Amino acid sequence: MPVKVRIPTPLMKLTANQSEVTAEGNTISEILNNLDNQFSGIKERICEENGSPRRFINIYLNEEDIRFLDAEKTQVKDGDEISIIPAIAGGH
Amino acid sequence: MNISIPTEVQVPSCPLITDDSVLKGIGNTPLIKMNHVGREYPGVEIYAKAEWRNSGGSVKARPALQMILDGEATGQLTRGKTILDSTSGNTGIAYALIGKLKGYKVKLVMAANVCKERKGLMADFYGAEIVQSSPFEGSDGAIRLARKIYEENPDLYFMPDQYNNDSNWKAHYLHTANEIWEQTQGRITHFVAGIGTGGTIMGNTRRFRELNPDIRCYAVEPAEDLHGIEGLKHMASSIVPGIYKENELDGKISVPTEGAYQMVQRLEGEEGILVGHSAAGAMVGALDLASKIKKGIIVTVFPDSCDRCYINFGKFKEYAETHSTHPPKAD
Repeated sequence: MPVKVRIPTPLMKLTANQSEVTAEGNTISEILNNLDNQFSGIKERICEENGSPRRFINIYLNEEDIRFLDAEKTQVKDGDEISIIPAIAGGH
Repeated sequence: MNISIPTEVQVPSCPLITDDSVLKGIGNTPLIKMNHVGREYPGVEIYAKAEWRNSGGSVKARPALQMILDGEATGQLTRGKTILDSTSGNTGIAYALIGKLKGYKVKLVMAANVCKERKGLMADFYGAEIVQSSPFEGSDGAIRLARKIYEENPDLYFMPDQYNNDSNWKAHYLHTANEIWEQTQGRITHFVAGIGTGGTIMGNTRRFRELNPDIRCYAVEPAEDLHGIEGLKHMASSIVPGIYKENELDGKISVPTEGAYQMVQRLEGEEGILVGHSAAGAMVGALDLASKIKKGIIVTVFPDSCDRCYINFGKFKEYAETHSTHPPKAD
């Protein structure tokens, strides 16, 4: 099922400058794999080699950090919105 | 029944903290010798400025104070104006503290994903107004929004603009570098510092060039554009600060985020100090340099300690993973 994924600025060069894309999948993992099929190389920027998101990248399902849900196994349903948000960086 | 408060409770037994004494607590920070981390390079001594010992808890108290003092001296900051700037935390905390002591309103623009501990310190404790910018755009989004707010009402605000204000690097030129020179009795051979606004590396480098042109100065930057070293900027993918002049430096050292995170734990375990990510990143850079020079006195700067929001990472995450039911929620 299609969901909306919001992309942070540093990754927009991989998504042809789109700040919002759609992806298919039933879990966060499947969504990330689907994103990588569409935008080659994006998953390795977000995830460690074992597929779990890097610890300085926050993934939100709607308003909730997936760390407090089922992490990358979190179920996703039609109409959900996923946000990929990097840690704060640059000039305290 | 009336209960009167004993007089000895009404009168503080310790000296009152005044505006003056807090502002004097900015600068003259200790220089810490690394006794364990870096022992694999016996010909190299590594020292770090403990910048969390500044009032306000970070290195950013230095430029914040300098920019405010210079704003007052030049007449740009006058009574009734609000101090406005973009920040991801430490500069904002410093502005909020100094503004409160000096009686200025402070308005801070930051990405919405700045952690609630920092926002709380700025807003609830020091009374600053916080404006949130898009979490997707990081610190560059905050810079753009702060400029927009300023341009809409330029008469209301004093905008120090830490990325383009010469007083930022001058704080280090006038103070930090001279402190390091005295604390090492002029023995320093190499200086290493992370780049956020570029103020620390530029100000120290310029003063060291005058004190001893043989001192080599290196900037540390994150290896990746999408990184997690809070406070540092990856220059190739960011708005480059106007005060940052890379051609004046002797080089740059790239540090991966994971390396910096591991160094947080190494510094805690081996040196007994808890520092933030940017300090750990600077230490990784210092070790990288030590491996190349084999002999020398390296000084770096540890911008802050680990006492603010870093619990969202590392140990907090471990806790969340091992206590799966209803862990405390991070912002």
